[in-house]
Amino acid sequence: MMADPSVSAPKLEFAAGGGLLSRRMLLRGAAAGSGAALAALAMPRPAQAEPALPEWVTVAGERARGYGMPAEQEADVQRAIIEPFGDLARAFSLSGTPHHKLRGTITPNGLHFEVHHGGRPNLDPDGHRLMIHGMVERPIKFDLNALERYPMVTATHFLECSGNSFFNAVMPEPMQSGCDMLHGLLSNSEWTGVPVRVLLEEAGVRPEGRWVLAVGNDAPSLARSIPVEKLMDDAFVALYQNGERIRPEQGYPMRLLLPGFEGNMNVKWLTSLWVTDAPAYTKHESGEYTEILANGSSVKFTFAMGVKSVITHPSATMTMSGPGFYEISGIAWSGAGSVRKVEISADGGESWAEAALQEPVLPRALTRFRLPWRWEGAPTLLMSRAEDATGAVQPTRSSWKARYDPSNFLHYNAIQPWQITPEGSVQNVYA
Amino acid sequence: MSMRSVIAAAALASLADMAAAGGPGLGVPLAADESPFYAIYAMPDGRGLPPGSGTAADGAEIYAAKCAQCHGETGIEGPIMPPVGPNDVWEKPAGKYWPYATTIFAYIRRAMPLDAPKSLSNNEAYALTAFILSRNGVIAEGDTITAETLPDVAMPNRDNFTDVWATQGAKPW
Ligand code: HEC
Repeated sequence: MMADPSVSAPKLEFAAGGGLLSRRMLLRGAAAGSGAALAALAMPRPAQAEPALPEWVTVAGERARGYGMPAEQEADVQRAIIEPFGDLARAFSLSGTPHHKLRGTITPNGLHFEVHHGGRPNLDPDGHRLMIHGMVERPIKFDLNALERYPMVTATHFLECSGNSFFNAVMPEPMQSGCDMLHGLLSNSEWTGVPVRVLLEEAGVRPEGRWVLAVGNDAPSLARSIPVEKLMDDAFVALYQNGERIRPEQGYPMRLLLPGFEGNMNVKWLTSLWVTDAPAYTKHESGEYTEILANGSSVKFTFAMGVKSVITHPSATMTMSGPGFYEISGIAWSGAGSVRKVEISADGGESWAEAALQEPVLPRALTRFRLPWRWEGAPTLLMSRAEDATGAVQPTRSSWKARYDPSNFLHYNAIQPWQITPEGSVQNVYA
Repeated sequence: MSMRSVIAAAALASLADMAAAGGPGLGVPLAADESPFYAIYAMPDGRGLPPGSGTAADGAEIYAAKCAQCHGETGIEGPIMPPVGPNDVWEKPAGKYWPYATTIFAYIRRAMPLDAPKSLSNNEAYALTAFILSRNGVIAEGDTITAETLPDVAMPNRDNFTDVWATQGAKPW
């Protein structure tokens, strides 16, 4: 973008300490204007001789291809894979979305996070059935073709593993990694599928049917108990992710989508909904996905994900390119509803400024927030703090830690501080 | 009534059916013998447990051959989530922490060993359950675990949980 350098840069309107500028400048486009003005000053003068032409403007381009791929130069935009037990148990793995390399709200399908408890099945969709049985009037089954004919809904929702950000929860010293490792077990997609309510009503849930066991068609037959209320409310059997059929990693050909609930319950490769009168106490809801509290007791059936936010730009492992204008940008979300407000501090929490939220702000979906900022080149502690529609606010790390046993790494939603050194290196800190 | 209006009336009627059910009603009846065992789960009160039995002694042999390499020689070493506690690796050992013993059987039967799930018989899964429970001191070494006795095993941590869904619903804890 070119700007007329003779137009004077607009007056900067500061909103809080550490160089935070008012979000109103973003709305007016004034900050962009001042950025452009700065950029224009750095523009090279028109060269005297004709510049050499790049080769690609002198030859015909590549042929069309049936399925587009990212630019070759973007090949390092990958999920961060963790195999905690290495070769001993390769089927157990985590892959984190590289949020520090993404800028919108929708996660590209190939970068959606994964947590595998038994690997990705080589599933034949023609042999796949969704069964509804147990405490129902009519036990029934559906194949993919049948479900394709049902009225569908489309909704944008985040999925977050309840173990997301586990390094920050339990590592004694903050780990210096990017947002893929630190906060990558979180993604956001536009999902399309059939409301579970319609299918359950077709089967006819008997009055004593209060819970439903959802089972996946994978190696461990992963299973979770889900309250009927949730399934009758906003749950759906998702067949499409961002418009295309769900990827194998995400549960091809169908997965359960429970907006706002912890990732593990959104059963992939969904094959069975077994209606019962009580929870089955499956492996995951008995141990792995319960939380031990500071007093030694535990909480179970902690389904919804709490309010949370992370600044993705700048974030750990990045380096600032010198003092001057930047746009702080990040993501905020809550399993309890919409994000109401995100505040940013650039002085370690002394003062806060409200960030602009990118519309539309959708319930139980990632919301992008932004704030213009002038970094003076001084040491800076950057933080974001989200509040959701229920009034819940992100805790600090120390208040989160105080609630739980030191071993707990689930449902971590504390404020993420990033320390910027005078040299411009961005580091993960607990401050 | 003309042919056309008969068809129109029929179409309207089926649309009305569809609206009542909220969908086109394309579910096909599911016969009882069509659903695999893993489409359900053994419940804490024992519903859904298949017939069978096993002892800790039987279980110890299977464990050494098929489980120890991942969960540890005596069940506490790991490296992966040791089922016997207390241990230094995992705060939630299945045989101590889980509230119901039925889960141990149901989970092993459907999901373990990791690389060959569903390869164990019901009796083998009962024996492994007995082994894990006895190693945790929850049952005596000589006890036989069956579909009848398993639901009666009193797990030590059962009453140490707050049910968040029951107390505050979907509000995040
Ligand atoms: C190749 C490694 C491997 C082998 C062999 C193996 N397991 Fe596992 N086991 C795992 C992994 C990985 C998990 C965690 C799975 C998860 O969290 O979903 C697990 C989980 C478990 C758990 C639940 C642990 C917890 O606290 O949540 C039990 C119980 C268990 N295995 C029993 C067995 C038994 C019994 C055998 C032998 C028949 C066995 N395993 C063989 C890898 C293995």
